[in-house]
Amino acid sequence: MWSVPLIMLDLLSLLSFGPDGWGDEIARGALLTIELALATLPVGITIGLLIALAKDSHSPVLRGLGNLYTTVFRGLPELLTLFIVYYGGQMLLTRIANYLVPDANIEVNQFVAGVVALGLVLGAFSSEVLLAAIRAVPRGQKEAASALGLSGWSTFRLVTFPQLWRVALPGLSNNWMVLLKDTSLVSVIAISDLMRQTAIAVGVTKQPFFFYLVACLIYLVFSGVSSAIFTKLENRAARGFKRVGGH
Amino acid sequence: MQAILDAIGSGFLSVMGFIGLNADLMDRYGLRFLDGVWVTLKLVVLSVFLGALLALPLAVARVEGGKFLARASFVYSYFFRGTPLLAQTFLIYYGAGQFREQLTDIGLWWFFRDAFNCALFTFTLNTAAYQSEILRGGIQSLPAGQMEAAQSLGLSRVLAYRKVVLPQAFAVGLRPLGNELVLMIKSSAIASVITVYDLMGVTRLAFSRSYDMEVYLWAAALYLIMVEIVRRVWDVLERRLNRHMLVSR
Repeated sequence: MWSVPLIMLDLLSLLSFGPDGWGDEIARGALLTIELALATLPVGITIGLLIALAKDSHSPVLRGLGNLYTTVFRGLPELLTLFIVYYGGQMLLTRIANYLVPDANIEVNQFVAGVVALGLVLGAFSSEVLLAAIRAVPRGQKEAASALGLSGWSTFRLVTFPQLWRVALPGLSNNWMVLLKDTSLVSVIAISDLMRQTAIAVGVTKQPFFFYLVACLIYLVFSGVSSAIFTKLENRAARGFKRVGGH
Repeated sequence: MQAILDAIGSGFLSVMGFIGLNADLMDRYGLRFLDGVWVTLKLVVLSVFLGALLALPLAVARVEGGKFLARASFVYSYFFRGTPLLAQTFLIYYGAGQFREQLTDIGLWWFFRDAFNCALFTFTLNTAAYQSEILRGGIQSLPAGQMEAAQSLGLSRVLAYRKVVLPQAFAVGLRPLGNELVLMIKSSAIASVITVYDLMGVTRLAFSRSYDMEVYLWAAALYLIMVEIVRRVWDVLERRLNRHMLVSR
């Protein structure tokens, strides 16, 4: 009967910080996971905005390219996109470098490959959200702004964007949650994120169930914190907007 | 029969060679890729189907269950939707290896010994969480009057669910369920990380031996074809099943 609490204590001591425990290694991995997600966010949203503008444009060529982009990067497994960017990028850059310097060998930084691959995927998903948000702002708003003499940039900053932001936030919050979970895939190309640090700890301690459970709980904390932040942002963005039956 | 297949095969290869693909490579790995597609399809279809069976009681528990059942169902879906599928897959695949003795004792080791089964088990639990959330949304989108009307007609609660509530909940959830199927096709590539030779696994094997990027392009094309087929079929299905709700646009 006494063995269960003792085992628990043994397992928890594995999480201590310092040379005996894996706490600091896993914490470093968790930090890298957040860094990766935060670094990907601006890349993905920028791509998403450009694709959304392309899909909203008058040119059929741009619209076609925008739709093609979304179809491809929404349809491919994230893991496959990651491999294509990582290995493909390496081969492409090496080939280009060989024109300049024969026998040059280029190593693509894994973190950069991860940001690019996850950014391409986030771009495809967020473009749909942003497109819907762009279309949700009535044309009259823009016309009214130009009637007031606002310049193009001022119109976007003061009139279009605040309204677009309110509509886009719930969708973007969804995109962010998916991104946070997708970062785990980069452990496959040997980035020392949370998932990989956990795998290393498992390799040494032979306690896979415990460590992967801990990793899962850390991801749950991340998504819990993110969703609290997004709720705050959504309330703030909607402060000028009365809901049906709202307070 | 064999002669016909051979003819089709070499015809296909020469077309592929003609459009600039590596026909030799395809000759060596082409059939393996088809096997990979088959494994991916098995994995996705089985897990989505079994997940649907599990999702139904989970969704009903969320809506009808008392405090305990509703909360347990919520915790289940929160855990599986809030953590990466890769972590869940490792948890079950490597975790099962750790509890080998106990699993042998209760006669389940034969199941968890196989990486495919572990992937199938994990994906089923994962998609059940997402599907239950979709179904719950569908059920809760219905006006209370639906249940009241059914009960005033003398239908029992179970019968009311079967005849009135669930059909409408499925109609509401049809599109998100299609999206979930697409997501599962994509996520199933994760099985390759635990040595399952699905489409992604075969691709990684072929690449590690040939170092030819082209194999990734074949895989990309095959995944896109699968996803597009599901999307098109779902469009037809939705138009047909929800034709009583069609509004002229």
